[in-house]
Amino acid sequence: MSASTLLPAVGAAAGLAATLGAVLGWVAARVRPDPASLVERIDALLPQTQCGQCLYPGCRPYAQAIAAGAADIDRCPPGGERTVRDLAALLGREPRPLDPRYGTTLPPQLAVIDESRCIGCALCLPACPVDAIVGAPRYMHTVIAAQCTGCALCLPPCPVDCIAMVDVAAPAATATYHAGHA
Amino acid sequence: MNGRPAIRGGLRLDGHKSRPLTRPILAVPAPRTAILALDQGSGEPSQPLLDPGATVRAGTRVASGCGASADLHAPISGRLREYATLPTANGPGRCLVIEGDDRDEPDPALAAIEWRALDADALLERLAGGGVAGLGGAAFPAAGKLALARAAGVEWLILNGAECEPWICCDDALMRERAADVVLGAQVMLAACGAARATIAVEDDKPEALAALAAALAATPDAPIEIRALPAIFPLGAEGQLIAAVTGREVPHDGLPPRVGVVCQNVGTAAAVADLVSRGTPCISRIVTVSGSGVQAPANVQARIGTPIAELIAACGGYSPERSPERLVAGGSLTGRPLASDSVPVTKGLNCVIVAAAGDLPPRAAEMPCIRCGDCAAVCPVALLPQQLHRAAQAGDAAGLARFGLADCIECGCCDYVCPSAIPLTARFRAARERSRLHEQERHRALEARERYERHRARLARRAEEERSAFEQARRLARGDGTTSGPGQDSGRSRDPDRD
Repeated sequence: MSASTLLPAVGAAAGLAATLGAVLGWVAARVRPDPASLVERIDALLPQTQCGQCLYPGCRPYAQAIAAGAADIDRCPPGGERTVRDLAALLGREPRPLDPRYGTTLPPQLAVIDESRCIGCALCLPACPVDAIVGAPRYMHTVIAAQCTGCALCLPPCPVDCIAMVDVAAPAATATYHAGHA
Repeated sequence: MNGRPAIRGGLRLDGHKSRPLTRPILAVPAPRTAILALDQGSGEPSQPLLDPGATVRAGTRVASGCGASADLHAPISGRLREYATLPTANGPGRCLVIEGDDRDEPDPALAAIEWRALDADALLERLAGGGVAGLGGAAFPAAGKLALARAAGVEWLILNGAECEPWICCDDALMRERAADVVLGAQVMLAACGAARATIAVEDDKPEALAALAAALAATPDAPIEIRALPAIFPLGAEGQLIAAVTGREVPHDGLPPRVGVVCQNVGTAAAVADLVSRGTPCISRIVTVSGSGVQAPANVQARIGTPIAELIAACGGYSPERSPERLVAGGSLTGRPLASDSVPVTKGLNCVIVAAAGDLPPRAAEMPCIRCGDCAAVCPVALLPQQLHRAAQAGDAAGLARFGLADCIECGCCDYVCPSAIPLTARFRAARERSRLHEQERHRALEARERYERHRARLARRAEEERSAFEQARRLARGDGTTSGPGQDSGRSRDPDRD
């Protein structure tokens, strides 16, 4: 085989490779995922308890850390297995068990203030990340149950330990009945 | 019908209706103690109006409806004993217990309604005040449904007499014995919703009911009401299926029947409307089919709302001594729900109690894996692919369930019936629906929490900023004082590049 027949073939192959490479490069630059929207999508999967168990100061910072590759997806005990699975699906990774160093998954929690013991110090008010505690200095405080995310961040500042976390009775799922056939 | 089948898919089932229909409707005595479930079957409880200890007469309003629930009236006279959480046909629920005084006095305020003299709004208000709810099973307030229809300007009222479940025959008995009331109710509802015509749709396996209706209609020749006999196919009695069979119009999957100019009411509801306008009696009783081999003498019974079903069974001769009852089912054999005990009270949505002995309902076979035969897809009246839904449900794949149209499942049970692997598909779909509803709720809460968290952080940041600027201002003031009071400035301040 002579060089005169080989050269055009090699040239054509090289040209094709160069063209396709350029197109691929352009596409890659063009459709690069927007990091802000990735954070947004990760954040949408997190339970928004804002509890900080992942050691980030809220769900959004954790979402940013995941997006930046600084944190793994196994740090969210309130979200549990389901959140890990959803995150894995979003990010195209393998699901993995929760890292027990960041806590264990509990049933939905609710903070309850023992109102007879509350001294009205107001220290728990700023601690609540979702403003779910109402009260004023020297007046009794109480938790708005519907807004409480169960993060337990109000417990440490309370000087008289009058706040307790209780399990929320899971909303009763309709019984799975099966009447049978006629 | 012409060549086109009445509905897509569906099943032709053998009826078990002849035994109760051999006897006339039996009146069950008023109960000694009435248990009124605040949720009569629509899923939304009514708001109680009276305190325990209050005296009530039969027909006194005891709870007011809201949204999907209708007004509730005392079925007997006596004293309101207590509110308690008791077993009902839909699981444990808040109930109002009335201790009867055996006098069964009607409320003196009840009076017949001159419905022809009322305009539509006033008539709708009276229907709402009579607590008339969908007696076909949904127990949705009839007045609310008619008002929606009126607002949408519907032209066609369909009365549902297609009782397609194989055991239920309370509507059949009602149409045979009280056809005139059904026709009167239809006339009143036409006036209330503004529709131009009404069709009473009855399956063609009920010739006696069809004849009775025709006779009643002959007595009111000027009413724009027609009777339509339809082939007996399960689930023809489902609202969307009946509308399609009668009108040929398909209700869009994200809409209600008024979107296609139709409103649908049960024939039992029509009779309840007739009771209200002609006698002033609010909705305090209904006809219930008590059937199955486990009961001595199956019958259709007229029972007060709030009567424990044990008293219905007793009125039908009690439990059969030979055929020991195995299961109690509220509603039909395909769409019904098992009852835990016979202490549950009659509600407006309860149309049938099956006291099933061995052999009545096929035993639950052991579930086998799906072989993807597609029989379920062939019978599905809403053209879903139950085998695909099942696969998605098993995988917990919420997106897949949504894509295959879980929201459009009418839970008729046809797929269960034909499944050769005995997979309880409908129960799975119902559970999946419940899960997705809870998940949706959770997502909603999470979004709310995030919003509150962001506002909380913004407020903290704003306050920190305010504190900082207040501090700056104080420091500036202090420095101003310092410069006028002499040369006592420290080096730090003199290095401060801040403006004077």
